[in-house]
Amino acid sequence: MKIHEYQAKQIFARYGVPIPRGYPAFTVDDAEGAAKKLGQETGSPVVVVKAQIHAGGRGKGGGVKVAKGGAAEARELAQKILGMQLVTHQTGPQGQKVRRLYIEQGLDIARELYLGAVVDRDRRRIAFMASTEGGVEIEKVAAETPEKILTVHVDPAVGFAPYQARELAFGLGIGGKETLGKFVKLMRALYDVVVKEDCSLCEINPLVVTKGNDIVALDAKMNLDDNAEFRHPEWHDLEDKDEEDPVELEAKAAGLNYVSLDGNVGCLVNGAGLAMATMDIIKHFGAGHGVAPANFLDVGGGANQEQVTKAFKMILKSPKVKAIFVNIFGGIMKCDVIANGVVAAARELGLKVPLVVRLEGTNVELGRKILNESGLAIQAAGTMADGAQKVVAAIGGAR
Amino acid sequence: MSVLVGKDTRLLVQGITGSAGGFHAKQMIEYGTQVVAGVTPGRGGEKFEANKTAVPVFDTVAQAVKETGANASCIFVPPPGAADAILEAFDAGLPLVVCITEGIPVADMLQVRRVLEGLKGKTRLIGPNCPGIITPGGCKIGIMPGHIHKAGHIGVVSRSGTLTYEAVGQLSALGIGQSTCIGIGGDPVGGMDFVDVLELFQADADTHGVILIGEIGGGAEERAARFIKEKMNKPVAAFIAGTTAPPGKRMGHAGAIIAGGKGTAAEKIRALEAAGARVAPTPSDMASTLAGMMKH
Repeated sequence: MKIHEYQAKQIFARYGVPIPRGYPAFTVDDAEGAAKKLGQETGSPVVVVKAQIHAGGRGKGGGVKVAKGGAAEARELAQKILGMQLVTHQTGPQGQKVRRLYIEQGLDIARELYLGAVVDRDRRRIAFMASTEGGVEIEKVAAETPEKILTVHVDPAVGFAPYQARELAFGLGIGGKETLGKFVKLMRALYDVVVKEDCSLCEINPLVVTKGNDIVALDAKMNLDDNAEFRHPEWHDLEDKDEEDPVELEAKAAGLNYVSLDGNVGCLVNGAGLAMATMDIIKHFGAGHGVAPANFLDVGGGANQEQVTKAFKMILKSPKVKAIFVNIFGGIMKCDVIANGVVAAARELGLKVPLVVRLEGTNVELGRKILNESGLAIQAAGTMADGAQKVVAAIGGAR
Repeated sequence: MSVLVGKDTRLLVQGITGSAGGFHAKQMIEYGTQVVAGVTPGRGGEKFEANKTAVPVFDTVAQAVKETGANASCIFVPPPGAADAILEAFDAGLPLVVCITEGIPVADMLQVRRVLEGLKGKTRLIGPNCPGIITPGGCKIGIMPGHIHKAGHIGVVSRSGTLTYEAVGQLSALGIGQSTCIGIGGDPVGGMDFVDVLELFQADADTHGVILIGEIGGGAEERAARFIKEKMNKPVAAFIAGTTAPPGKRMGHAGAIIAGGKGTAAEKIRALEAAGARVAPTPSDMASTLAGMMKH
């Protein structure tokens, strides 16, 4: 789950990771009010108006602007940014509509650094990465000048050791007893954030050293581990449904794994690996015929008939779907449950596109019988390859 | 004849009184697995009844091991208590722990992994978020459909449950049996990885060839490729799921995600082919690809 910069900074503040003063704003009036308040609190009229969307590259896309002239200018900028379709390298060409702003105090910046924490899957440790190249895309730094990225791995039995923080600090050229102390404190607080808040990614780009030698998180990007939702009831309030694909949200509510794709074949599969492989085989036979998967959909191992019905309805309702491929290898999932779910959904909404079904595994005979007796126009397939070729042919490609 | 499990495996089931644990304990008993104990804290002294067998239930894993001589555990405990259940099994000294549970937080698994490293190979962990391990005709630990398997000489190792069934189904349809099939799970941090399993298959005289099924995310397939190149002389056929997966999206499994441009199917396929493994062009060709290698 992704959250907004201002939400991540509120979490930072709770753990003692230094952030600039700032207030979220949902309207132009909010933004003006926040700028006024910041002016009074800091004694400086300079504020930054920042678009809040779940994608990076906001500055380059025109979603982050500095108002040097105080509240009136902040209001003007807010007017421009709020409601704009912000396009960044992470949003895709259609962009993302800006519905929230964050109004933040301006700082006198001496240096911009990069700091990030991820789970290093190969080492099975949380890795902290730091670089002197702050404010630019870290993927670019990693590709072009990997020696400029410093990494430390944290032993979960020990936690973030002060010597590790010092190692990073000296590598970044942060010296002076006072500044060094601030950095060590920040790193240890950040480690607490990552572990206790179940972050799968936490990135500060840039982390700035101010002219007054303070170290401050000027930006914050945080992804949360969906598996840990059960112990974070507060995450419910952090969710921003406007940032999510509505179909994916509907699927999540029904306990289904669904990802929207650009193609025209609706897929209903059990198991994540098989669902991915089904997409792959459709593309394998469909490339060159304009046939590609419209979605990833894993109904899971323990789905009941209602969930299967719901899943099949979601596919039937999608206007881009020109044919459907149901691919099931029943293990725990029984083929008759799938067949009943498919038939119930098709009866309710009508089946207007070709349907190819491949059933294998537990209760396969019963499942086939249910489909045969349903009166639905179903093409049966013996293997995945057979099914994929039939679905490609059904849309108009040659076999 | 097989790796890790066989006819002499004595299994205990953690979470045997839950719905998933109970259902699959029964299936495992029907398959012929010796299920000797169940563990559910607070339910010690009860019996789990299945197929004319009464399996004693204990409060702790340590008690169950002491009373029954269990030497493997299968865990069905829900995510909030699953990591704790794994640690309890480690502490009881079991040599093999299989965790089926899906949805354990990564932070919990990082701790489990840290403890596992301290055990220096005394205990092996399979999973979490996996179908388990089966030696056809000998012992089934997990949730895979037993009837599709056939005893034989091919090892199967996979990050995906249903794709493993797909490969096994194809092998059995060609009349090719399996020595042992191991699902290592779809989470970013878990127990045994491909290399650990390949080491066992390479050393097992009755395993003559291997099917390896990977997917996008992480670097486990690349490490497997290095091992195949340097240490293996048995044929390995592979399939990597997710050639068409978009970057940055979690594809069902928590670990199946292309992050920062890393972990793509194309990189993994390249690495495996360079190591001498043959990668099946489609998921329908996994068994036939291996069969083609076995002839030569």
